[in-house]
Amino acid sequence: MTAVAIGRAADGVRRRNAVLLVVLLAALLAAPWLVNDYLLTVMIVILYSAFTGQAWNIMMGFAGQLSLGHALYAGLGAYVSAVLFTKFGIDPWLGFLVSVPVAALSGAIIGFLAFRFGVSGVYFAILTIAFAEFARIGFDHLSLVNAAAGLFLPVAQYGHNDLLRLRGDPTMFYYVILAATVVAFALCRFLIGSRIGYYWLAIREDEQAARSAGIDTFRCKMYAVTISAAITSFAGVFYAFFYNNLFPEQVFGIGRSIEMILGPVIGGVGTLFGPILGSFLLTGLAETLDSALAAAGLDVPGAKEVFYGVCLLIVIVALPDGVWPPLARRLGLDKDKR
Amino acid sequence: MTSLLSLDRVSKRFRGLVAVDAVSFAVPEGGIFAVIGPNGAGKTTLFNMIAGAMAPDAGSIAFAGAPIAGLMPDAVCRRGVARTFQLVRPFPALSVEDNVIVGALLRRRDVDAARERAHALLRRFDLFDRCRQPASSLTLPDRKRLEVVRALATEPKLLLLDEMLAGLRPTEIDRMVAILRELNSESGLTILLIEHVMRAVMALASRVLVLDHGTVIAEGAPEAVVRDPAVVRSYLGAETL
Amino acid sequence: MTFDVYLNVAVAGILTGLVYGLMALGLSVIFGVVRVINFAHGEMMSIAMFLAVVLFSAFHLDPLIMLLPIAAVMFVFGYVLQAGLINPFMTRPEHSQFLLLVAVGIIIVNVLLIVFGPDARTVQTSYAYDSFQLGPVLVDASKAYAGVAAIVFAAGLFAFFRFSLVGKAIRACADNYTGALVVGLNVNRLYALSFALGTACVGAAGSMMTLIVDVTPNLGPTYTLLAFVIVITGGLGSMAGALLGGVLIGLTEALAGLLFTPSAKSMFAFAILVLVLLFRPQGLFSKRAT
Repeated sequence: MTAVAIGRAADGVRRRNAVLLVVLLAALLAAPWLVNDYLLTVMIVILYSAFTGQAWNIMMGFAGQLSLGHALYAGLGAYVSAVLFTKFGIDPWLGFLVSVPVAALSGAIIGFLAFRFGVSGVYFAILTIAFAEFARIGFDHLSLVNAAAGLFLPVAQYGHNDLLRLRGDPTMFYYVILAATVVAFALCRFLIGSRIGYYWLAIREDEQAARSAGIDTFRCKMYAVTISAAITSFAGVFYAFFYNNLFPEQVFGIGRSIEMILGPVIGGVGTLFGPILGSFLLTGLAETLDSALAAAGLDVPGAKEVFYGVCLLIVIVALPDGVWPPLARRLGLDKDKR
Repeated sequence: MTSLLSLDRVSKRFRGLVAVDAVSFAVPEGGIFAVIGPNGAGKTTLFNMIAGAMAPDAGSIAFAGAPIAGLMPDAVCRRGVARTFQLVRPFPALSVEDNVIVGALLRRRDVDAARERAHALLRRFDLFDRCRQPASSLTLPDRKRLEVVRALATEPKLLLLDEMLAGLRPTEIDRMVAILRELNSESGLTILLIEHVMRAVMALASRVLVLDHGTVIAEGAPEAVVRDPAVVRSYLGAETL
Repeated sequence: MTFDVYLNVAVAGILTGLVYGLMALGLSVIFGVVRVINFAHGEMMSIAMFLAVVLFSAFHLDPLIMLLPIAAVMFVFGYVLQAGLINPFMTRPEHSQFLLLVAVGIIIVNVLLIVFGPDARTVQTSYAYDSFQLGPVLVDASKAYAGVAAIVFAAGLFAFFRFSLVGKAIRACADNYTGALVVGLNVNRLYALSFALGTACVGAAGSMMTLIVDVTPNLGPTYTLLAFVIVITGGLGSMAGALLGGVLIGLTEALAGLLFTPSAKSMFAFAILVLVLLFRPQGLFSKRAT
């Protein structure tokens, strides 16, 4: 192939990618007019999962650091903004400005300890779980946040949308999480195409070789964990104001962390579209299953989770790179950045 | 000529076993310097200490006049020392192009500028056709070349090559030797290599150091070294001559 | 509080810790030989616990008597799981194996939830409220039986690895994979066997544990984490370390529960884990430096 031909092929891929993005975005923007309230809530759950998946993907998919404690960052975001709102009357967007540094700092502390002391691979994963569990038990005994009894926010008034206070109907929440997902997507796309993105991928592939190529791997990994934690904290703010109740068990539990990784693992770790596709597939199918069971008059707690587990199992066994990479090849959208 | 890299009584031991024992030598700026010796002589350990992969137990290493012993590998690389690994380690899932861009980004913050630099190097090493392939799909000779290209992309003053020619076919070796000579004469790149392929050592090196059991047993011009009785006895064997 | 109270709680903690140790021993065997991070370990233990509960409530079979049959069932389960599902993953990257077992764990927890519901179940043996007076110490009978059974089971496993031919072959396989292949050992079968032995340990431990705690489906992840805390504290891959680690964590939890509040007890276990990971990653009871 000549340089020109390579360039042309890349242009074609780029154009098809752009078309896909525009079509997807248009459909998502129009969704509130096309679907009923129940489906809109499902869409919110899907986008929430896509958003957290993208944030986690920076750690694992880009920099190769397996975090299984990401619930910590979302939980801190949720609790910080909720406490500021309920106890001090501070609006969520201002609270968000506090949540971000809190989550980023805790990510940085965990990263610093792990990377300085050479805790890597599965040991790193277990360390991240340990810190999330630490937070769960700690918040279970913290009276400022009503401990295990749960922290409640005044329920939103459907009739009046107040974007500044994040109080309103599902349509407002839908657009908020859609905007956040778009911003996260754009940010990931920018990061992976920049110097730090190349460095992360090098570290993911072979840390020792990366160091020999002059990369300060400690600093790069610190960026990854800090940025990922900061983005994840917004998911927590959203969670708090959408669900209006926070329990340490639910917010910081290991199950929550694992839910966050399902979308990207199923869609394709390290890809830009993977976390989004994975969330649509997984949550979409699970909700369909749920409503099918409900329609049949069955209430089976655990059925959705078994479905998650089976999906995860099938994808790991049959499509180790996730659903997106083979799909992208089929659609001629290959060079979606590795 | 001034020396770019100089080692002064550098030693390293592993649990009582002395791998490198008070080795001193100097690599002149712009030279091609070869380290030879039988397996287990301590060559790779020596390399690892220069490249920062391990710190020496004793002695000092100076690069361009500044001490570098004990620095981390990335810091050593930023000073201008690039290395290849004996068992090649390109970033397997990244494309050939991206592998080199990673190296080129060390001296260029801008990705497009780094890509340009990467393309120029890949063309020179006949790898440009494989730009978009993942590095894992390359053959061993291509992967070895890719590793040299990635190292060169960091714009080193000194290139460390660890058995770069082992396992290559004679035509491949000749091609690589020609490229390395060219790099050396054109840009004044200093090269320090560990090599078993004596033909290449003779063709490339202006100076040769022979290690055996962690100590220097000979050093000098290649023609002189291969005639040194101690070298013949311990390493080359009579039949090579 | 008097010294006696501390002593009682400490003894109870050590006895519970022995059962923890047996559970962690299973994880350690699996990691030490098969090199797979079994992230469904606690979930497998909860299968054994429900087996014990069902056998007790349906047939009044005592969990201590059912310990061996349940271990045998779990042995088969582990063998099939390793041979059928995990073995093809042996050459996959670490995180891929890890996620596979996360998936297995999710499925186990929620199948148990669907079958048994979320409510706690208990095993009310005739000796549930018995206790022994040993000098100043009052020992809970259930815990004493469970602790002793854990020691016996672990001793049996140690003897197996030390003296039996298969046990030696497994150790050889763990020490040197290629060497084991070269001398003609069927490595895949030995891996399946080791995984099966690991799950047999959780089978036995789970059966005993029903004497000590109430059984619910969501105990699984908690025990998985606990098992990891213990083996990392004791030294991943070290069998004696797992047992000692279990005792240490059991003791820590018991004393923390007494001094602070029982619900915060695992915080101390996690604190130990973090300190060990940072400062002594090879484990407290392992001489080998990593």
